[in-house]
Amino acid sequence: MPDLLIELFSEEIPARMQGKAASDFKKLVTDGLVEAGLTYASAGAFSTPRRLVLSVEELTAESKPVREERKGPRTDAPAAALEGFLRSTGLTKEQLEVRDDKKAQVYFAVVEKPGRKAEEIVAEVLEGVIRNFPWPKSMRWGAGSLRWVRPLQSVLCLMVDEAGARVVPFEIDGIVAGNTTEGHRFMGAGRFAVTSFEDYRVKLARAKVMLDASEREAQIWQEATNMAFAAGLEVVEDRGLLAEVAGLVEWPVVLMGTIGEEFLGLPPEVLQTSMKEHQKFFSVRNPKTGRIERFITVANIEAADGGAAILKGNQKVLAARLSDARFFWENDLRVAKGGMGEWAEGLRSVTFHNKLGSQAERIDRIAALAREIAPLVGADAALAEQATRVAKLDLRSGMVGEFAELQGVMGRYYALAAGMPAAVADACRDHYSPLGPSDAVPVEPVSVAVALADKIDTLTGFWAIDEKPTGSKDPFALRRAALGVIRLVLVNGVRGSLGELLLNKLMADLQGLAVWATKDRVVQQFKTDFEGLMRYLGAIEFDAKKFASRFDEILTGELEASAREALMKAAKFAPDLLAFFHDRLKVFLRDQGIRHDVIDACLAMPGNDDLTLLVKRAQALQSFLSSDDGTNLLQGFKRANNILTQAEAKDGVEYSFGADPKFAESDEERALFNALDVAEQAIAPRHEGRGFRRRHGGHGAASCPHRRLLHRRADQHRQSGRAPQPPEPAAPHPRHLCGRGGSEAGGGVSPFISAQIPHGGPGV
Amino acid sequence: MAESATLPRSFQEIILRLQSYWASKGCAVLQPYDMEVGAGTFHPATTLRSLGTKPWAAAYVQPSRRPTDGRYGENPNRLQHYYQYQVIIKPSPPDLQDLYLGSLRAIGLDPMVHDIRFVEDDWESPTLGAWGLGWEVWCDGMEVSQFTYFQQVGGHDCRPVSGELTYGLERLAMYVLGIDHVMTMPFNDPASPIPLTYGDIFRQTEEEYSRHNFDGATTEMLFQHFKDAEAECEKLLSFDADDPKSGKRIVMAHPAYDQCIKASHLFNLLDARGVISVTERQAYIGRVRALAKKCADAFRQTEAGADA
Repeated sequence: MPDLLIELFSEEIPARMQGKAASDFKKLVTDGLVEAGLTYASAGAFSTPRRLVLSVEELTAESKPVREERKGPRTDAPAAALEGFLRSTGLTKEQLEVRDDKKAQVYFAVVEKPGRKAEEIVAEVLEGVIRNFPWPKSMRWGAGSLRWVRPLQSVLCLMVDEAGARVVPFEIDGIVAGNTTEGHRFMGAGRFAVTSFEDYRVKLARAKVMLDASEREAQIWQEATNMAFAAGLEVVEDRGLLAEVAGLVEWPVVLMGTIGEEFLGLPPEVLQTSMKEHQKFFSVRNPKTGRIERFITVANIEAADGGAAILKGNQKVLAARLSDARFFWENDLRVAKGGMGEWAEGLRSVTFHNKLGSQAERIDRIAALAREIAPLVGADAALAEQATRVAKLDLRSGMVGEFAELQGVMGRYYALAAGMPAAVADACRDHYSPLGPSDAVPVEPVSVAVALADKIDTLTGFWAIDEKPTGSKDPFALRRAALGVIRLVLVNGVRGSLGELLLNKLMADLQGLAVWATKDRVVQQFKTDFEGLMRYLGAIEFDAKKFASRFDEILTGELEASAREALMKAAKFAPDLLAFFHDRLKVFLRDQGIRHDVIDACLAMPGNDDLTLLVKRAQALQSFLSSDDGTNLLQGFKRANNILTQAEAKDGVEYSFGADPKFAESDEERALFNALDVAEQAIAPRHEGRGFRRRHGGHGAASCPHRRLLHRRADQHRQSGRAPQPPEPAAPHPRHLCGRGGSEAGGGVSPFISAQIPHGGPGV
Repeated sequence: MAESATLPRSFQEIILRLQSYWASKGCAVLQPYDMEVGAGTFHPATTLRSLGTKPWAAAYVQPSRRPTDGRYGENPNRLQHYYQYQVIIKPSPPDLQDLYLGSLRAIGLDPMVHDIRFVEDDWESPTLGAWGLGWEVWCDGMEVSQFTYFQQVGGHDCRPVSGELTYGLERLAMYVLGIDHVMTMPFNDPASPIPLTYGDIFRQTEEEYSRHNFDGATTEMLFQHFKDAEAECEKLLSFDADDPKSGKRIVMAHPAYDQCIKASHLFNLLDARGVISVTERQAYIGRVRALAKKCADAFRQTEAGADA
């Protein structure tokens, strides 16, 4: 069986696109081959800056003939039906067969497709793949109409079997497939022919091209770490940079250079970011001091002078870049030591969103919320407010203006330079976290307060102006913000009603917006229609005093009206936003292996806006249900339910109001009633307040006995401690987000888990 | 390439070598456009000539002005007035990368000693309604050129596609000559009877124009000139193509485009004066782009811009 080798040789493919392009290339071609009736043993795809390569092993030499039968209309069907059938099969009436089918005569189309040679199929598939390749961006060049990521220069397409290698006849926009390629742009020696994938790989290596990106990565990393080690240093790991750099070279040559002494005082993050963003350098750190002292650059050539000119050039460019960085750093430090007043002032003129006002206004809102949240997460309210007011000042610094990704990191340095407490400085750095699902979650109380307030303000703000994510569109990263809140709450064991918090915040936000809009409207009216306004104010003759007091009166009236409207809106938006949180939480829990019916069951319970509680319930319920007790309970519940449902149907009586002891016939029954009553009294305070009954009320006649059964069982578990332990709470002392007074304690906890959450009990 | 055996010794020698290299490759060596522009791309030899199907090959130096980049001649790398070297070939030849590498060899950058790389960089000019795909070319980690395949100009698809090369001459020359501050770079041969540095020629003008751009220029006048240029551009394009005097069909695409260039530069000056807010900015860019599109439409009606 033949092997297939394809190389698409082009001008430099953007590094960030190469990996996906190689896997797309493999998938699209092999899918196309299989769809056309070929099979293969294995396939591998490769990419370098100038080529996409696919090697397919043991491809079938031709596709099998296919016989396809299709049943058509009856012979006595209307002519239109037959015409449609002929059109869809591409046959004539004479080519159809007539067969007996049950009681009627029916047309059958028998289409036989002969087997096709693999070459033919490969050429056809390749053309389709090239013309429809899913590049993020593609272009035309010269006078042609073909599109590719950059000009496509040559195509190599070979079938190799025992008889040798032959070129697959193929042509696209004047490019004729051949059996040749070229090596490294500068170190290669012109075009050469190849006879197999192995031959191709070996000759490429000889022409200074390392075909496999992972091999290039490994080579770079090994040489870099060796060089650093020899100098008593270590390379700062950066997978993304490694992949990118491996996509910029066909023949990696690793060089280590030095950073000018005058720049070594810059914060390591600054050095690292500047070197990475501008120069694609790796940072090399002194493990003893944590300082970044050198850099690693990867060239694409074995230079005649051993890389001396390359290093000299790179060092020069770096020095120019770092001079800029040092200028920003020194300037910023001066502002920071002066208290950062000019940055705070500057944030007044930076628009956060045209409907949500400036950054400064946003910070005011976050600060108010951070104060409110602080006691609930064990933070000092004044510190939380101070941290909020400082946390975004670095957005005005020169350094963050140059490197946006250093926001927060610089804020910490500047807050420390301004002499602020460490907790405030750390909050500057950490309040953006967690950014991604794998990003670490802050645990320091002040950071937690600011991080929560920042994210919740973003969510309620955009909810208030009706800018919610739709489908794949989430321009303000609101899903990420919600997931951030969820993780902050769970990791820190924050307790309380998120629903209440959101409602209060939305009310505040919407009222704020309403005040702006009303003032705007009244003032605008004043500006554009002075006379109309005078009539409106009832001041025909201008009397400044009367005017002012009437103006105030009207404004106040309008403000009150708009405030009422805002409250109504908030009541509508808050449940919607909470549902958005629940959707994010569902995804989050599913990823953690919690069953969807368990999640739904817990979400259907009251108190579902206390996320910490909700997740503990879900974890406990899941582990309980997977135990023997859980299985027994479920079975018992189902059985009782079925019995009662059937009894209801048979007796025509509704049992939802419960059984009456006076109908008890035996001592056992009376004892059972007694036991249930006792158990219920013991359990009642734990869930009555949370409407546990309401939830089960929908089960009709089964409700009462089930509830009793459930409670009794549960109570036994609780007392005997046999129920499985839920996972340890993430933080030893759950905190209360919004106090609910005494009813908080265990009240919302289902009987299954109340015994397992020691801190959920009264008095916490 | 006998020249590449010796290294150039001055800024002007680098320019001269590029001129003779691209002349030897068949480009028409044009002179700079006689108006204030922000980049070599604005020269009608690039913007307008990249439209239509007629083959084209030109190379030229273009003095360029970026008023906001003024640093009073103090910054080693930043200037409000600098030179770009521009090459434009339509349709883009299949060996354009090799031709470009040849030009680097011609000015003394040997790719066997230096690390030359093509790094993704997509080009877009919001004021010209133009975009293309290509690279920034790195030499030892420094960007020395922009390499772009034009896909659209003035809102028109480029068919065929032009290949555009732009060299930042000062930066490139500083690298080749090993200079750390642009003002100390030899402009003519340092062994000349009267050796002149870049600073001898431009330090004073950088100071004068920096002050002018940031503080001197009268903004009311600039706003008015912007409006005038805009109106004049549209007026010139509104004329009937049939000229009664000469009896010829004459579309005034180039004179109208001059007004578009003016508007663009006036906008840059207003921007440097800091009198255009963030929201207004987009509106002004949109107004210049509208002019550029109309000029492109008009040029397509002319002989030079028509489809053959």
